[in-house]
Amino acid sequence: MNNRHIYVLSAVLALIGLTLFAYKSQVLGFPLQPQEQTRVWTVEAAVRFDPGPAAVKATLRIPNLTPGFSILDENFISRGFGHATRSAPAGRESQWTLREASGPQTLYYRAQVYRDASRIAEDTTPPFPERPVLDEPSRIAMEGLIAEVRRQSADVASFTTELLRHINHAERDPYVSLFMSRGSANADAAELATIFLAGAQIPARIAHGIQLRSVTGPVQSQQLLEVHDGVQWLYFDPKTLEQGLPPDFLIWWRGDEPIASLEGGGNLDVTLAVQQNLLDSIVVAERRAELTGSHAMDFSLFSLPIATQAVYAVLMMIPIGALVIMLLRNFIGVKTFGTFMPVLVALAFRETRLLWGIVLFAVIVSLGLLIRFYLEKLRLLLVPRLTTVLTVVVLLMMGISVLSQKLELQPGLSIALFPMVILSMTIERMSIVWEERGASEAIQEGIGSLLVAAVAYVVMGIAWLEHLIFVFPELLLLVIAVSILAGRYTGYRLLELWRFKALAPSRSGP
Amino acid sequence: MFGRYRGLADEGVLGLNKRNGDYILRFNPRRLYPLVDDKLKTKRLALAAGIAVPQLYGVIETQHDIRRLPEIVKDHPEFALKPAHGSAGDGIVVISGRSSHRYRTISGTLLDDDFLSHHLSNAINGQFSLGGVQDVVIVEYMVRFSPLFERISYQGVPDIRVIVYRGFPIMSMVRLPTRQSHGKANLHQGAVGAGIDLASGVTLDGVVGTQVVTHHPDTTHAISGLKIPDWDVILDISARCYELTGMGYIGVDVVLDRDLGPLVLELNARPGLAIQIANRQGLLRRLKICDERANFSAPAAERIAFAQREFCHPVGPVLATQTVASVA
Repeated sequence: MNNRHIYVLSAVLALIGLTLFAYKSQVLGFPLQPQEQTRVWTVEAAVRFDPGPAAVKATLRIPNLTPGFSILDENFISRGFGHATRSAPAGRESQWTLREASGPQTLYYRAQVYRDASRIAEDTTPPFPERPVLDEPSRIAMEGLIAEVRRQSADVASFTTELLRHINHAERDPYVSLFMSRGSANADAAELATIFLAGAQIPARIAHGIQLRSVTGPVQSQQLLEVHDGVQWLYFDPKTLEQGLPPDFLIWWRGDEPIASLEGGGNLDVTLAVQQNLLDSIVVAERRAELTGSHAMDFSLFSLPIATQAVYAVLMMIPIGALVIMLLRNFIGVKTFGTFMPVLVALAFRETRLLWGIVLFAVIVSLGLLIRFYLEKLRLLLVPRLTTVLTVVVLLMMGISVLSQKLELQPGLSIALFPMVILSMTIERMSIVWEERGASEAIQEGIGSLLVAAVAYVVMGIAWLEHLIFVFPELLLLVIAVSILAGRYTGYRLLELWRFKALAPSRSGP
Repeated sequence: MFGRYRGLADEGVLGLNKRNGDYILRFNPRRLYPLVDDKLKTKRLALAAGIAVPQLYGVIETQHDIRRLPEIVKDHPEFALKPAHGSAGDGIVVISGRSSHRYRTISGTLLDDDFLSHHLSNAINGQFSLGGVQDVVIVEYMVRFSPLFERISYQGVPDIRVIVYRGFPIMSMVRLPTRQSHGKANLHQGAVGAGIDLASGVTLDGVVGTQVVTHHPDTTHAISGLKIPDWDVILDISARCYELTGMGYIGVDVVLDRDLGPLVLELNARPGLAIQIANRQGLLRRLKICDERANFSAPAAERIAFAQREFCHPVGPVLATQTVASVA
């Protein structure tokens, strides 16, 4: 197994890990920080009407193509109505039907939207519009206006702006006032603009939308003029002539039609309202992954039941603890009892907090050692002796818990997760080292283990790291990559620099 | 710190990571470990190869066998008890005499039957073996150590450690028990380690821990300048232990018996690095000399000649300058 193999393997692992991580964090928007929240708006349309005597059919246009925003969730609330959604030229429509209704009715459409920069108006390039059917004077007025505006403009964008300026100053513009006097007196600026743009063979449509605000309450729908310049849709405010999509503007429906229509009833009234709230970024990201059909979520820990998730939140950190121990052992050279015993002790520290954990560990191990030395006198066989020590450890833990309950010391109760078997083995190993190699060696290794456990605990307890590993388990591939690399580290350990100091040439002191 | 790192690398000091990664993992195949981890197997192999080892009196394999101990040692007032899988001298009891039902250890402590039985059953249950697996206890000849070392050791049996790299003895030292080490030839516990010039078999200054000592702390006699007898025999049996096990990086522990001469006590597949301090020389330089110039298929006699020629103390720097121990 040559080193190049090792390098390639760890590079591949690291690359896979980082790529998945980048994809999930950048594209799917998984949060890099714990408790990160995303602004989510709840938009609501309330449709009120008085039903007539016969069947009622209410149609509400609902958001579909909303550049800059994605829909997280939507629902339709009605009592007793049949309901269907379908796509329509204006976007999507929701249709409620009822054969017989009495009294005023209210239907609700509610959706949660969030900002999504990756979402652009991806609909296809529209065909050239048909020329509007007009009478002769209107047609002449229109062509005159188009000719004049075209003279004053360079491209579709400037043409549209110029056209809107003419329309907005209708009283001063002979063509527009003539056109309006011929029967389009009630048309607003946007509608007029679409007619003229159609005359100039430029695809255009009206987009209706709402301003998403942070203040909760009803909102008025606003109009935007959408013009296609052959490549993409451009947005114009028909009143202020500003180009571009205003920030936080949610396009609700498109076309000349009103937001809702009603058959078999009267007094139709639609109110729109918006409410801003904050939602865990994770929920939004999950939903987004689901909507984009990404499989990232299929392998996510979030698909597990909550109780299992809680277990994995801890389990996923064990490799991090092991990584810490690997670094401390192979690069620093700290001696510990058992390879990964400190990880388990560090896990136990999570329950007891660090200081108490160290105190409890020290108390249990030293009491256990005393018992062990006494048992040594009894000359018991190995396995029975281990069983005795284990039982004594459990009793010690119980004693500490009961005692701390009496003394009203909270941390003593959380001792239950202390790894008793590991503690018993530690006591056994320590007592043997104590006898064979002397007390100083045993205490040294004991303190080493405790120190390593404390470091592992601190690292495993970094909330940000915990969050990262839980949300991006692929980062553990990096841990593997680092371990594989470290597995071929054949340099000195830090403590060896002191151990072999007698061998270092005197000229190069530290 | 980096200065010291560089310094150690220049001196060819072998670190644990490099020993494990580049030598043990590479030259000591796992499947061969039982040959050296089980002292009984090593002993039988050595006997078959005609390498001198302490005579085997008997083996205690089960709890039941413990009762057979008096019978085994009936004709041998002096004997040693060794767990077959013990490491670093753990669990070894050396009995130098008996009075009625009591055994006297080499350090003078009296042990009753009961204590010894308990010790043996602990050993059988694996208290001293790696990983706590079931073990057997070897009852063997007690080495009567040569008076040569009497002046520079405190009780116990001094032993000679030779590092053998692919059949080439490359470094050696003698471990001298002290009061602090309770008469055990164990450097961790405070025994003195003294390097031996491979070419001549003459001892160098010693170390305790990482401290250089010129005189034995208990007997106050000078450590260096002692010519070890039968040095060529020691080199020969050490070198032949390579063929015995097939392992490329081993430590051979040899004792000098007053009557029988050099005996192989045990082999070690993970020999410690303290030998470098005892010799005040890095192992890496010698390993590299072997890699560059040695003929690994040569017979033992040729290998020893090579070692004695190349590793005359002190060994200078490797001629071809190479970067060693770079961070992987």
